[in-house]
Amino acid sequence: MNTDRRHFLKIAGISAFALSAGLAGRAAEAAVAPGKYEHGPNTLHAGRWGMVIDTRKFPSEADYLPLIKACHEAHNVPNQPGPHEIKWMWLAPYKEGFPDDENHYGPEKFKTGKFPLLCNHCENPPCVRVCPTKATYKMEDGIVAMDYHRCIGCRFCMAACPFGARSFNFIDPRIAMPSDKAPNPAYPTRMPGVVEKCTFCAERLAAGKLPACVEASGGKILFGDLNNPKSDVRKALAENFSIRRKPSLGTQPGVYYLV
Amino acid sequence: MYNGKFIIAAALVVLVLFTSPFWLSKGGYKRPDLQLPANEKECVETVDFMRAEHMQMLNEWRDQALRSENRVYVALNGKKWEISLQNTCLKCHNNTEKFCDACHVSNSVYPYCWTCHIEPKGKGDK
Ligand code: HEC
Ligand code: HEC
Ligand code: HEC
Repeated sequence: MNTDRRHFLKIAGISAFALSAGLAGRAAEAAVAPGKYEHGPNTLHAGRWGMVIDTRKFPSEADYLPLIKACHEAHNVPNQPGPHEIKWMWLAPYKEGFPDDENHYGPEKFKTGKFPLLCNHCENPPCVRVCPTKATYKMEDGIVAMDYHRCIGCRFCMAACPFGARSFNFIDPRIAMPSDKAPNPAYPTRMPGVVEKCTFCAERLAAGKLPACVEASGGKILFGDLNNPKSDVRKALAENFSIRRKPSLGTQPGVYYLV
Repeated sequence: MYNGKFIIAAALVVLVLFTSPFWLSKGGYKRPDLQLPANEKECVETVDFMRAEHMQMLNEWRDQALRSENRVYVALNGKKWEISLQNTCLKCHNNTEKFCDACHVSNSVYPYCWTCHIEPKGKGDK
């Protein structure tokens, strides 16, 4: 190739310009507020939050209902059954939740019982990979969070999620739940056109509280740091046989079930 | 000029139409009456800063709270605030209609925050 000096300088100049544009972009992100930001004083921290649901301690389907109620009330999830259902935590038969299990014969509850399902807060979340606006992202503590403000309602994440953990607001949630009837006036509702799901109660962890379902379970659901071998969840997993949903997909779910 | 009369007349008409907002507006901008919090003297930051930058600050609050788990804001005067639109701003500014909205309407800005964030006393439903 015949590269003369003039040609080289042109390319070098254009490259320098392109690089400086990146720097300018970063400068534009600088903080506007004069104060500082910090974690709340009571914030619970973990390297990787995880959940262990001891299904042996929930003899019947009805025992899960208070957990779902606590969750949905804490986050103003409207009750609109049918095709527009919004679910953060829900119940499904074993075959639906754990289709990887090919065994013909197993415990009775695998045939007739229901299991509580929620977002698995995967280590390799496919929903995060496909989101075009970074409205869903993985935080430092492993929580797969939602920023509803950024959500454009494309629903790629719903197609990507192998667990059906995401719901789309086809209709205005305030029809079923007007804002003056919202059970938790301290938490926002959502609007038509955004996707929502369980957030492992990030806002409660920030205030030093365990997730609403964990609190309502009275110790039957454990919640803790999967990276810490001394945590309750790791101990429970070391001492008991546990299963996860669709582990063969390699997303590394953070919700374990003791069966 | 070919058809000069018509061109100049038409140009004048366009000019008048184009600048009509200036001729038709009466009295210019009047500062709306805002209902300030009754029992509070100071906002999170200085009132000049809030007036000019509250939208940027709310943007930043949102990103800090939701993406970095930083849910406490330490103001310049050292006071600590929980980062929350509903539970901080609207605790003091508890009549959004006569505060936020009053100012926004007269400035033709229409933020959509209240479609999700619950206003005090459940206003905002149509
Ligand atoms: C502790 C109570 C309090 C909180 C919390 C608070 N404000 Fe204020 N705010 C005030 C008071 C009092 C004033 C009037 C200050 C003055 O006039 O000197 C004010 C003034 C303002 C103004 C300027 C109004 C004008 O006169 O032009 C804006 C805008 C504003 N606040 C927005 C906000 C936002 C946004 C938040 C949440 C980030 C917030 N405020 C949180 C008490 C509060
Ligand atoms: C003093 C008048 C005034 C008051 C009071 C006020 N705002 Fe604003 N606000 C403005 C103006 C003017 C803009 C538009 C600024 C611009 O476009 O650059 C704006 C813009 C915004 C935006 C961004 C909107 C957008 O489309 O980008 C948000 C969010 C916002 N205000 C929230 C609030 C909240 C919440 C309150 C009440 C706590 C409040 N404002 C009170 C004047 C006010
Ligand atoms: C699609 C629904 C939706 C809309 C529209 C919306 N928000 Fe939010 N917002 C939320 C939810 C849900 C949270 C999460 C609350 C949490 O985790 O504590 C939140 C959190 C926030 C937070 C951080 C923490 C908190 O609890 O306040 C700020 C600040 C915020 N929003 C500002 C805004 C502003 C300003 C607007 C309008 C421009 C807006 N939001 C519009 C749903 C919405």
